[in-house]
Amino acid sequence: MPSYPSVINILVIATDSMADALLPHPLGAVASDVDAPLYAPRKQIYPQAVKGRYRTIKWVVLAITLGIYYFLPFIRWDRGPNAPDQAILVDLANGRFYFFFIEIWPQEVYYITGLLVLAALTLFLMNAVAGRVWCGYLCPQTVWTDLFYAVERWIEGDRRERMRKDQQKLTLKTASQKGLKHFIWLMIAWWTGGAWVLYFADAPTLVYELATLQASVVAYVWIGILTFTTYTLAGFMREQVCTYMCPWPRIQAALTDEYALNVTYRYDRGEPRGSVKKNEVLKLQGLPAGDCIDCNQCVNVCPTGVDIRKGLQLDCIQCGLCMDACDNVMVKIGRPQGLIAYDTDMNVQARMEGRPEVRRIVRPRTLFYAGLIAVVGAIMITSLAMRQNIYLSVMHDRNPLFVRLSDGAIRNGFTVRVANKHLDERRYALTVRGLTDAKVDVVGGEVDQQGRAIVTVGPDQTLEARVLVTDTASVASSSTDLEFILTDLSNGDKAATSDHFKAP
Amino acid sequence: MAHETHEQVDAVTGVTTTGHTWDDIQELNNPLPRWWLWTFYLTIFWSVLYAIAYPAIPMVSTYTKGVLGWQSREAVEVDLAALKEQRSGMTAKLAASSLDEIKQDPEMFAFARAQGKASFGDNCAPCHGAGGAGAKGYPNLNDDDWLWGGSLAQIEHTIRYGARSTSDQGHSGTMPAFGRDGMLKREEISHVADYVRSLSGLPTDKTADLNAGAKVYADNCAACHGDKGQGMQELGAPNLSDKIWLFGADKATIMEGLHNGRGGVMPTWHGRLDDTTIKALTLYVHSLGGDQRP
Repeated sequence: MPSYPSVINILVIATDSMADALLPHPLGAVASDVDAPLYAPRKQIYPQAVKGRYRTIKWVVLAITLGIYYFLPFIRWDRGPNAPDQAILVDLANGRFYFFFIEIWPQEVYYITGLLVLAALTLFLMNAVAGRVWCGYLCPQTVWTDLFYAVERWIEGDRRERMRKDQQKLTLKTASQKGLKHFIWLMIAWWTGGAWVLYFADAPTLVYELATLQASVVAYVWIGILTFTTYTLAGFMREQVCTYMCPWPRIQAALTDEYALNVTYRYDRGEPRGSVKKNEVLKLQGLPAGDCIDCNQCVNVCPTGVDIRKGLQLDCIQCGLCMDACDNVMVKIGRPQGLIAYDTDMNVQARMEGRPEVRRIVRPRTLFYAGLIAVVGAIMITSLAMRQNIYLSVMHDRNPLFVRLSDGAIRNGFTVRVANKHLDERRYALTVRGLTDAKVDVVGGEVDQQGRAIVTVGPDQTLEARVLVTDTASVASSSTDLEFILTDLSNGDKAATSDHFKAP
Repeated sequence: MAHETHEQVDAVTGVTTTGHTWDDIQELNNPLPRWWLWTFYLTIFWSVLYAIAYPAIPMVSTYTKGVLGWQSREAVEVDLAALKEQRSGMTAKLAASSLDEIKQDPEMFAFARAQGKASFGDNCAPCHGAGGAGAKGYPNLNDDDWLWGGSLAQIEHTIRYGARSTSDQGHSGTMPAFGRDGMLKREEISHVADYVRSLSGLPTDKTADLNAGAKVYADNCAACHGDKGQGMQELGAPNLSDKIWLFGADKATIMEGLHNGRGGVMPTWHGRLDDTTIKALTLYVHSLGGDQRP
C-alpha cells in the first residue's frame, strides 16, 4: 500500500461517500463498504408476440383509443353562424372550448375541474375493481408503446430474432431494418403531434396549411415537441416511464385493498414447479406437484420484464399478456387454463388453507366511488342544464364611492360587464331595484321609450360599460342594497346581481 | 490494491445493501436507473451553457452579461413595441376620428376609455386622484359641475392647454385677492360671504346683513359669477348657487378665498402627450361624469 500525505487522506475520507457513489475506488486503502453499484443500466426488454383473449382486447382498445385521438378533430358540428363547426375545438385565441353542443367560456373552467375529478374517481373505481386496468389497457404510454412494439416486431422479427440481431454485428440488412423501424416510429410520432394541434384549430384547414407549409410556427413547434416525446417515450423509455416516472403506481398501491382483482399467479396451483413428466409422476405418487412447468413464457411476453410468479410488484402494469401466454401453454399440455388469472392474493391464501374464496366486487369502497361519480356527474349535468346564456357582473367604483351633483343628488359609478353567450346579437335593458327613485345611465348607451338604459352585446361576446346610478329622490342611507337586473329584450330572460348604493 | 467484495443481502426484502449501518439499521441499495444519472449530468451541462449564454454571475459592481447579450430591459422594450404594433390599427383609427365619432363607436369608445384610464393614472391622478375624485382645490371629475365646461370639446381644450398655464391658449381668469389688495374691507367680505352662502340655500348667521352682502356682490362679484351666482365657464368662475364647493362651503373658507383670491393651475399637456392620448383622456374623463345630468 502506497503512503499518502495526511492531507490527502483527510480529503479522501471526506469525499468517500461521493467517490463510492460515482467512481471505482482509486484509493483502495480507504475502507470501502460499497460494492454494489448505485446506478443500474437499463435491461433491454424483448417482449415475445402472443395471441389470446387479452391480446385481442388490447388490440381493440388500441384501435378505438387511437381512432378517437386521430379522427375526432374531423367531426363536424353545425352551430350556425358566428361559431366554428368543429365538434371538439379548443379556441385559445378567442378563449372558447367547444364540445359538441356545449360551449365553455374561460370563467367556466370549473367544468374542466369537474371532468378531472370524474376522471380521477373513475381511475379509483377501476383500481378498486381490477387493479391497474388503466395502466394495462388504456394509458397512452401503454397504447403507443404497444404500437411501437408491434412495428418493431413486424420489421425486426419476434423476441429471439431481435435478441440475436442485437447481439450480432450490425449488418447492412439489420441496419436498414432498424432504420426503417425508426422511420416508421417517427412517422407515427409526427402524426401524434399532428393530431394534437388539430384540436386547437379548424382541422381540415390546418391539415391543408400544414401540407402546404403555411401553418403558424406554433403549430410546427408543438408537432415537433410531441413528435419528440412520443418517439422517446414509446420508442426508448417505454416501461421506464411506468417504473420511474409515473406517480400512479405509487398512488395505486396506497389506494388498493385486498379485494381488488389483480393479474395473479395462482401460487397454490402452480407450485412446486416441475417439468410436465416429472410432475405427473409426482402426482401419481401422491406427492406435491404444481401445474407450472417453468416454461418462462409469462416472462418472455411481459412488456415490463417482470416475473409475475414473484407476486404483485410495482413494475407490473397488469396488461394481461402473461395470462394469454400461460393459457396457451396450458392448452398445449392439456391442463386447465387460468394458472395466471384475475384473482387476489387473499384467495390464493384461502385456497391453500382450504378456506372458501371471497369475491366481492360490490363493497363499500366500490359503492363509495360509484356514488361519488354519480353525485359529481349529476352536479355537473344539472349545472350545465341550468346555466344561463346571459351573465351580469357589477363592480362599484372604489374612488370616489359616491359623488354629489350640483343639484345635491347623489350618484354612484359602476363598471358593468354583460356577457352574451348566444350566437346572435342581443339587446338588454339594465334596471336597478332597491332605491325609491333611481336613474340608470349607461355611458355611451341608448335609452328606450320607457326610459330604460339599453346595452347591445354582439354574438358570443362580452361588453364592459360604465354605468351611473343617480338617486334622484336623495333619500339613500350611507349604504343601500341595490340589485341590478338585466333583461333580454328578445325573450325576457333575466340575470341579476347585487351591489350597494353608497351615500354620505 | 484489490479490495474485497462482500455483497450483503437484506434477509427480509432480498435487496442488496450499501453496507452502511447506523444504529443497526442497514441501508438498502435499490439502484437508480443509469439514464437518470445522465439526465442529472445533462442538467448540470445545461446550467453551464445557460450561465455562458445569459446574464448569470454577479461581480463586484457588474455581472456577467452572457454571450447572447440578452437583457431584461430590452425584453420589456421589445414587448412594449409589440404591444404598440398590436394597437397601431386602433390608434390610427382613433387619430382619424373625431371625439363624437369615437363615442358613437362601441369598439373605439372601449379602446379609448381603456387607454385614457391608463394615461389618467400616469398623468392626472397625482392631483385629481386615482378615480378622478379630486381634492380641496382640485376638481372632482365625477360630478356634473365643470369650471371650464363639461362637453367633449371643452374637456379636450382644458386638457390640451390647461388653465392659468404656460400656454397662450390656456384658460385664464383668476379670483382677485379682494382683501389683501385692499379692494374690500373685512366686514364687507363677511357680508358678501354670508350672501354667497345664501345663494345656494346654506344657512347664514342671524346677525348677517344679507342686503349689504348683496350690494357688495352686485358691485364686485356679479361681473364674473353672474347676477344670481350661476357662474361663467368662459372665465372659469364657479357656480355659487349649486351644492358643489371646490374649496369648501364654510364661511371661513369663503372669506379666505375672498381675501387672498383663488387660481388653481391646470398644466398644459399639448406637446407632452400625443393627440391620440389626449383624445383618449378626454373620452375617459368625459365618461366619468361629463355633461350628463340626471
